[in-house]
Amino acid sequence: MIEMDWVWGLVGGLMIGLAGAVFLLGNGKIMGASGIIGGLVDRSGLSNWQERAAFLAALVVVPALMLPLYNVEVETHISDNLVLVVAAGLLVGIGTRLANGCTSGHGVCGISRFSLRGIVATVFYLLAGGIAMVLFRHVLGVI
Amino acid sequence: MLRSILAAVSGGLFGAGLLVSGMTDTTKVQGWLDVFGDWDPTLAFVLGGAILPMALAWYITTRRAQSLVGTAFPAPPEPKLGHNLVIGSVLFGAGWGLVGLCPGPAIASLSWGGTGGIVFILAMVGGMLVANPIRARIDQVAAA
Repeated sequence: MIEMDWVWGLVGGLMIGLAGAVFLLGNGKIMGASGIIGGLVDRSGLSNWQERAAFLAALVVVPALMLPLYNVEVETHISDNLVLVVAAGLLVGIGTRLANGCTSGHGVCGISRFSLRGIVATVFYLLAGGIAMVLFRHVLGVI
Repeated sequence: MLRSILAAVSGGLFGAGLLVSGMTDTTKVQGWLDVFGDWDPTLAFVLGGAILPMALAWYITTRRAQSLVGTAFPAPPEPKLGHNLVIGSVLFGAGWGLVGLCPGPAIASLSWGGTGGIVFILAMVGGMLVANPIRARIDQVAAA
């Protein structure tokens, strides 16, 4: 970790929490990224598609507009191994829909109201992520 | 209209927060998950920082009858855990660890994530499309 990274982490985290607070107090909804996307993908959430589309459009556009503020190139450092990327995407898509939430819905919005489901989901996806790192980075050396 | 505006404010803040916090950088996410490597604690600060305003918001919902746009607040959390919560979270966590992207940051970094980012999103959408039949099959096996 580069020094100051934790400060930016905290500042960004507060913004994420504020985003969730706006969605909850403003629209009465839980800000869960996988749920907002998934409801459009499987058409189960078409009744409020405008709200979902507006959220996702701003989610893409606002960080894009902020890029010039950085004097270094902003990168995701995503793997070049497309087989790995496809496998990961499929796992994330299937997993978040089965669990009915991801890091934002279960992690941020669930834990903050002491939801047992949110806490259990977070424990399991953190454990699985940690095990994936051990297995694929330290044992197999593919990531 | 107000509903869409508030959703856009929320989505914009979410995206800005993900970028500022470093969560759109897969090396920081994998660095957090890699406890046995060069461990990066940033994600703990992000999650902690996000939970604070959110906890306050949940408290405010107990003091108000309805949301700003007049919709009901979410029902209290479902106490039942269920196998799909655990199976789904394990699958999600494995995918999250493999490349270091979860749904929010994947969408937020769409404009600069390149081909890899787009491929991830397409695969994720594909996964979401097949999730319902998979859930039905898991429930069938669990009930048997």
